[in-house]
Amino acid sequence: MNGIQRAAIAIAAGGVVAAAAAFGQQPAAPDSTAAQIEKYREAVAEENPAELWEARGEELWKQKRGPRNASLEQCDLGLGPGVVKGAYAVLPRYFADSDKVEDLESRLVTCMVKLQGFTREQASKDPFGGPGKKVPMDALVAYVVEQSRGMKMHVALDHPKEKQAYELGRDIFFFRAGPHDFGCVTCHGADNKRIRLQDLPNLTKTADAQHAYTTWPAYRVSQGEVRSMQWRLNDCFRQQRFPELSFISPASIALTTYLAYNANGGTLEAPSVKR
Amino acid sequence: MDQTKLVSLVAVLALAACATAPSPERSGIADEQVLATLRASFHKKGQADLDRLQQDDVQKLCSEYRDGKPPADVARNIQDSQIETIKYPADGRYLGDWKAGEKVAQSGVGKQYSDDPSVVAGGNCYACHELTKHEIAYGTIGPSLYHFGRDRGFTLSMEKYVYGKVYNSEAYLACTNMPRFGHMGILTEQQIKDVVALLMDPKSPVNQ
Repeated sequence: MNGIQRAAIAIAAGGVVAAAAAFGQQPAAPDSTAAQIEKYREAVAEENPAELWEARGEELWKQKRGPRNASLEQCDLGLGPGVVKGAYAVLPRYFADSDKVEDLESRLVTCMVKLQGFTREQASKDPFGGPGKKVPMDALVAYVVEQSRGMKMHVALDHPKEKQAYELGRDIFFFRAGPHDFGCVTCHGADNKRIRLQDLPNLTKTADAQHAYTTWPAYRVSQGEVRSMQWRLNDCFRQQRFPELSFISPASIALTTYLAYNANGGTLEAPSVKR
Repeated sequence: MDQTKLVSLVAVLALAACATAPSPERSGIADEQVLATLRASFHKKGQADLDRLQQDDVQKLCSEYRDGKPPADVARNIQDSQIETIKYPADGRYLGDWKAGEKVAQSGVGKQYSDDPSVVAGGNCYACHELTKHEIAYGTIGPSLYHFGRDRGFTLSMEKYVYGKVYNSEAYLACTNMPRFGHMGILTEQQIKDVVALLMDPKSPVNQ
């Protein structure tokens, strides 16, 4: 059986488990729900549907595309041109060629522009997949992230712009606004809290930040999509009642830098599987 | 802005300025730069425009004290300025229909850019609070409110307190995580009365 077949079976099996959980006779107590989700995660850990995205991403990485008919194989993700292994563990970081701190998604856009000749608008216009719409970005993200599985996060704040991004990200994390007075900190600033039955990581604490950050991107069972960190932040701000976070915007990269640095030392287990 | 509000605003700002010892977590980045970055990083979608990034004084101060615990004098000034915003029902009655209140407590719809602005917003109380025993999918950001009225007494003064707390939570606990449902126009007067009933009606499942 090849990877795609295995992944397809995992999706089918996952659907059954998810349906059983959603339509079970009695709503389970919080603890046993968490235990069930954990069991489900273990069951699909070896048959992760994200493999489909990773395989597609690898093809896209090597495929000659764009006005320059070039592949991304010479893309420098921070460890030198063409080095994919371990690159995600050191992102976001400062890049001299763009004179910016870039996360994975923004770096991929930079490479599509520089190597393949796309415009920035073309390279960033479809950042997230949806029903019936598969986008290159999700696949490329899944492929690159997979190549750092098992490695420890080690984001450096050596360059002044890296330090600046981290501090700006921290300011944004604590920034409360909007009709509900919400900030990231409202849900992610204390230990052992839940919204409804959803456990909330305290992203100001090392252990929680490590566990949360190293399990994104993730295949979301409820959505049938691989979701990137940019998507995760976008959806948090929607629930915060903010306007929409722009893809690879300065605030999104700063916040990712804050979260990634807080997760240093954590072992990457992404793309993971989440409910 | 009327004079009273202006005076209390000035008082809040003046006190905040005196009391702001630089916290070790504060960055050297100016508030204006943070706001400029945010404005450049978000775009209007649906009902959510960029004005939502503009903080009022409470939001500003509460973003500054990162553990959510401003010094006592700052907290007192926030509460004093916010208690003045509460508009109590003209009929002097605080208790609505607890069954309608339960619906408000269950509904998380409202104010997101993905929400239809013509749909009535909910309070989403269960997202953060335990309220009744029949709903076990409750969150824990706020305290359990089970037996709220039964434990505190079914008095008019307690009803009035709950109305004010839901209307503007910052009037009673500065920098709380709880939204200001009346002050920010999330819930209507009738919806707040219904939530008061959910907590304070002896017949409500909260008090069974």
